[in-house]
Amino acid sequence: MAANPKIVPEQQTMRFKLDGREADALPGETILQAAIRLGTEIPYLCYKEGYRPDGNCRACVVEIKGERALAPSCCRRPTDGMEVSSASERARHSQKLVLELLLSDMPSQGRSPYTPRSELDHWVERLELGRPRFPGRQQPRADLSHAAIAVNLDACIQCTRCVRACREEQVNDVIGYAFRGLHSQIVFDLDDPMGVSTCVACGECVQACPTGALMPAENAGLVRSDKKVASSCPYCGVGCLLTFNVKDNKIYYVEGRDGPSNHGRLCVKGRFGFDYVHHKERLTQPLIRRDGVPKSPKLIFPEEVYQYFREATWEEALERAGGGLRRIRDQVGSQALAGFGCAKGSNEEAYLFQKLVRTGFRTNNVDHCTRLCHASSVAALLETIGSGAVSNQVADGVEADVIVIIGARPNANHPVAATFMKNAARAGKKLVVIEPFGSDIALHATHFLQLHPATDVALLNGMIHTIVSEGLHNRTYIEKYTEGFDDLWTRIQGYSAEKVAPICGIPAETIKEVARLYAKAERAIIFWGMGISQHVHGTDNARCLISLALMTGQIGRRGTGLHPLRGQNNVQGASDVGLIPMVYPDYQPVADPGVRAKFERLWGAALDPKPGLTVVEIMHAVHAGTIKGMYIMGENPAMSDPNLNQARTALAELDHLVVQDIFFTETAGFADVVLPSSAFAEKTGTFTNTDRRVQLGRQAIDLPGDARQDLWIIQEMARRLGLDWSYSGPAEVFAEIRKAAPSMAGITWERLEKDDSVTYPCEQEGDPGEPILFQDGFPTKSGKGRFVPAAYTKAAELPDHDYPFVFLTGRQLEHWHTGSMTRRSVVLDAIEPRASIYINPEDLASIGGKDGDVLIVASRRGAIEAPARTANGIQRGTVIMPFSYHEAAANILTNDALDPFGKIPEFKYCAVSLVAKATNQRRYATG
Amino acid sequence: MALLIKGKGEKEGRRRGRKVEPKALAEIRELLGDTPRRRDLLIEFLHKIQDRHHCISAAHIVALAKEMNLPTTEIYEVATFYHHFDVVKEDDMPPPPLTVRVCDSVTCEMFGAKELIMDLQRRVGPQLRVKTAPCVGRCGGAPVAVVGTHALEWATPYSVEKAVSEKQTEAIPPAGIDYHDYVVRGGYKTLAACVNGERDVESVIKALEDSNLRGLGGAGFPAGRKWRILRGQAKPRLVAINIDEGEPGTFKDRYYLERDPHRFLEGTLIAAWAIEAEEVYIYLRDEYAGCRTMLTAEIEKLRRNTPCIIPPIHFRRGAGAYICGEESAMIESIEGKRGMPRLRPPYLAQVGLFGRPTLEHNLETLHWVRDIIEQGPEWFTSQGRHGRQGLRSFSVSGRVRTPGVYLAPAGITMRELIEEYCGGMLPGHEFYGYFPGGASGGILPASLGDVPLDFDTLTPYGCFIGSAAIIVLSQYDSARKTALNAMRFFADESCGQCTPCRVGTAKAVALMQKHHWDRALLEELARAMEDASICGLGQAAPNPLRCAMKYFPEEFN
Repeated sequence: MAANPKIVPEQQTMRFKLDGREADALPGETILQAAIRLGTEIPYLCYKEGYRPDGNCRACVVEIKGERALAPSCCRRPTDGMEVSSASERARHSQKLVLELLLSDMPSQGRSPYTPRSELDHWVERLELGRPRFPGRQQPRADLSHAAIAVNLDACIQCTRCVRACREEQVNDVIGYAFRGLHSQIVFDLDDPMGVSTCVACGECVQACPTGALMPAENAGLVRSDKKVASSCPYCGVGCLLTFNVKDNKIYYVEGRDGPSNHGRLCVKGRFGFDYVHHKERLTQPLIRRDGVPKSPKLIFPEEVYQYFREATWEEALERAGGGLRRIRDQVGSQALAGFGCAKGSNEEAYLFQKLVRTGFRTNNVDHCTRLCHASSVAALLETIGSGAVSNQVADGVEADVIVIIGARPNANHPVAATFMKNAARAGKKLVVIEPFGSDIALHATHFLQLHPATDVALLNGMIHTIVSEGLHNRTYIEKYTEGFDDLWTRIQGYSAEKVAPICGIPAETIKEVARLYAKAERAIIFWGMGISQHVHGTDNARCLISLALMTGQIGRRGTGLHPLRGQNNVQGASDVGLIPMVYPDYQPVADPGVRAKFERLWGAALDPKPGLTVVEIMHAVHAGTIKGMYIMGENPAMSDPNLNQARTALAELDHLVVQDIFFTETAGFADVVLPSSAFAEKTGTFTNTDRRVQLGRQAIDLPGDARQDLWIIQEMARRLGLDWSYSGPAEVFAEIRKAAPSMAGITWERLEKDDSVTYPCEQEGDPGEPILFQDGFPTKSGKGRFVPAAYTKAAELPDHDYPFVFLTGRQLEHWHTGSMTRRSVVLDAIEPRASIYINPEDLASIGGKDGDVLIVASRRGAIEAPARTANGIQRGTVIMPFSYHEAAANILTNDALDPFGKIPEFKYCAVSLVAKATNQRRYATG
Repeated sequence: MALLIKGKGEKEGRRRGRKVEPKALAEIRELLGDTPRRRDLLIEFLHKIQDRHHCISAAHIVALAKEMNLPTTEIYEVATFYHHFDVVKEDDMPPPPLTVRVCDSVTCEMFGAKELIMDLQRRVGPQLRVKTAPCVGRCGGAPVAVVGTHALEWATPYSVEKAVSEKQTEAIPPAGIDYHDYVVRGGYKTLAACVNGERDVESVIKALEDSNLRGLGGAGFPAGRKWRILRGQAKPRLVAINIDEGEPGTFKDRYYLERDPHRFLEGTLIAAWAIEAEEVYIYLRDEYAGCRTMLTAEIEKLRRNTPCIIPPIHFRRGAGAYICGEESAMIESIEGKRGMPRLRPPYLAQVGLFGRPTLEHNLETLHWVRDIIEQGPEWFTSQGRHGRQGLRSFSVSGRVRTPGVYLAPAGITMRELIEEYCGGMLPGHEFYGYFPGGASGGILPASLGDVPLDFDTLTPYGCFIGSAAIIVLSQYDSARKTALNAMRFFADESCGQCTPCRVGTAKAVALMQKHHWDRALLEELARAMEDASICGLGQAAPNPLRCAMKYFPEEFN
């Protein structure tokens, strides 16, 4: 609870007496922390390491010489000469009595029936308490309304660890401590059932609860796991570390581990979304398309699979798969082949996949979904500062005085990273949120700029203009570390705050205020997401952000920098190891003859000197008939590409398609051969998060049926394309990556096994890894960062009379990417089972619709329908849809116009019409 | 045109919290007007809603949350903490427009509160409800019923019914010495002399120190020393005045407030001057509705005609929570939060209201500041009896002939107080025992009726004088019963934060309700409550229980 102000840490070591023995307390340590470190047992319940101590349970009270009452050791810090008795008769009396009082209010006045790891039970045992002598309380009823979490407050001891978990750690603000005295109670929102509350099911409270009053649903927490596997999260780029609790080859529950990016925190996907691996639709046998069954743009659903496909042996399937590609290569040519790798697979898989395409297909036509997320950001970063990765880590947000979040909704898409940003805002840091939606993170902002969609360049130029015209730019830094400033200043003369204000819908004074705030801050950091990158002017958007950082010197130091938040767990790593058409591992250009020669030596093969095609270009080439065969590992372009009708038509036109996946995805329906592969928890490998941290994922369970490791499948495919590979496992592949990528050369497999997480650049063994880049210039030819001016241009397709609304895609907290995993998770599907069209209530009313009514959304490229869900934060004239629902695939509508530099499609803007399907439509409970 | 794909349709998306209802939002905006939506004003806003709508609906909470950019649960947990807010969810019946609160604390129970409640409850209807209430600070007129905000002393079913039917439901503001009269009688001259440099801080603090004036809220911390400590703290500093007297048996602050409100205000402003405080906060218990009307008006008069430069004075209204009389709980409440006491250290003088060094004082303490400065500390110290110094304002209730507030020499004994000030015992009643310091100060038997009553003198007997609230028991009363009443009060008023108090008071009530008291177990419990509770409530709650067992053993035979 917020009742007790944080105690200012003492900065020196304190010498005190603990139970008669001389002891030292480290700076800032409490009596309890010192006691734990020194091996002295003091019972405690409301204290949890890492959380603000609250001192409410009083189980840890100790006697301090000269003080009238006992003191809570979790909150008190020793002072020099203090004499503390933790086990005197007087202290023990209160400690035991507190435990007895709490035990008397447990179900049946005994052990917690909800967890075998009750901390109360532990201390009751340690202090040898018998049956409690006090009468029990009247017990509340269980609340089993939530799909993920069981609430059994009859085991609650009111320690408020869950309140602090929800409010102070994750800052979700759902759990409260209501009423008073004996009636004091943990509540969700207004004492609502958890299942209808605003709970986002991060599960931090479950992890925090000492007695099992909050537990995973269905008593999963009672399972005594036979192994605990330390691994990482398969979902987003934040890179949380976690533990899989496994029994009989099944994952029962997940706990957060103290990783550098999450410090024990997880989100709903990481904590409760693991069960897709056990879904009945897992592919367990290779499939071959039945002879004479033609392909069409229509989707094939899992239940229809056997009308189109038959099961096959691995030998037959691999021969068909590899042989088909080999024939096209040999008969049509290498450029008729392409491969899509996967940002969810490991570095080792991505590395081998691109090596297979480059040395087996003999083309650079290899890409993956980075093209659909941060290709423009990377293009701008490479062009201006010579490196595509983040300059500073998410954790630096805590060090910053000003945090700018632009074009991102981290609450939904990088939930655990968002918690640290919210922590910073609570701690008084300035949080500037710039995005067209009033997403939840905006509630924590000191400045929320709800700009019109796709007007970022205007707004950012307005900020740049303000900074320079008010003389707030950092001349010393510009002089020493940058080039092109004068040109920039000349080119943006027309972008005064007053001029751009009407374009982006933000008052000039606000633009100026934020510009000043950013420029004057001691430390300021910028985080951005797809709202910046997924535009035809995505590269320009990023260029402006880079210019802001360069001109103010907000880079190269702690708490500053540029951080494009990566979407998928390994989109950073897949790019790092060369799963992109124009560069080899470590962003070394394929067009550079020296670089190429180096890789030809390393790989022992002649390499194609021409940069390959990108994702959307490949689909266009398929449509044009120049690409005839594809190998797709883990990607789902039949859902994730823009203008899906056209993309699906193209997929149906391929002569030969091999799809390797864990489920029969929408894309698999277009395949000739489907190869069943390994889910995250079934393999060991390295994954690189948004922070450039290379982290180890460890295999927790065996593969189902005859599904195989992706690394094995890639090698078998390579063999059929004439390559003789025999990597013994991920460690051996990683050893080769170290040779190919100098930035990672210093990271050893042994160190990863020991430390779990190593930041690159780490060029020599033993290097600590560098979290802050560009401390002294940039890895460009001149060593300087370059300003690239950007002119404001409009989106490719603007609203008009027929298509009056702006349509944008986004994601939901519960669903990830195309939904292939999350929609097969029981919990995630239960929370968000259906597509929704997010719309402003007034817009909905204007077309005669009500919350829950089914709307038809149409663009020039197609139409879909889904129920409306109003959200006050959405500005008039715009609608947003998640793209994870095949039954209402948002990408049917999106525009495949590309950014000329990053080749990224404009997912974040197209024109649509909206119609309420029928006024007598059944209404859905939403909201 | 391309294919249409149908939504699944058969699965329901789950409801996620509540949406803001436009009507509720409009009502909230209208109620709040242009008041800044500051977090610390939350309780003030909840009062506005409760006053207007007689309850606080879920829709209003959600709308208020939106308007203040606060999580709904933060509003809910605050609203449900305070007795005077009726939170009504969608499926709940809103309360009737009129509430009669009958005090059932120690003195009122002695004078038939239970019977009164039972009688009144037979008459409730859709327009009226009857609730029990903890001490409303009118123990001299027990039993007390409060109809709306109109307090009836010596209440009977008849007087309550009459008030209801005649719609006498609003508190009548007391008519004491108003601003004009106070100034005419020489008021605020001392303050002006201080502010205008005619008196120096050192001499004022010295006078306070020499007077040995101690905190009269109950803790007895020397006032002058407190001021001196504050002067050593970082600026900006604040002053917070505690008029949340809720200790059963106590009504002296109301007594002085009703009669001479500017005297404590002048003391407050002198304190603010002495410690160079930027702002002053005054926290008044919600039960003193008449005083609220009067005091806010008097403060307004003062603001308009300031005798000298004075700091801003903020007025804050309690909402029915005894615990907010605890100094740090009051600070939390002023900040708009649940009144949960803070752990100390750090002390309020270091980290107080809004995290600033704060001088907190009880009303009566500041009531004496002007006299001590004007008449000199000797005026104060020259009074006293049995070796004690100073004056104490005793709130006396119970079985005496003339209950009331009596200013008497510190150190006076119980027997002397009864005889010299209270007109003796009620006819037919014999002195049996007494609470020397409200419900939490313990119970002493008549055999200890000659002990001097002052700070520290009762410690050897396991009691304390606290706010000097005396409840006199006679042979018709039982220490056991009154101890149970006191424990029930503490269980109801515990903030619920720490285990020894939240669970301990409830278990103690359960054990004390039994015919046979498990005295060994109760003593074990009492010891842990005293030793391990966070604040004085839990630490002192076992006092009456222990005294009953110690001094009245015959009641357990």
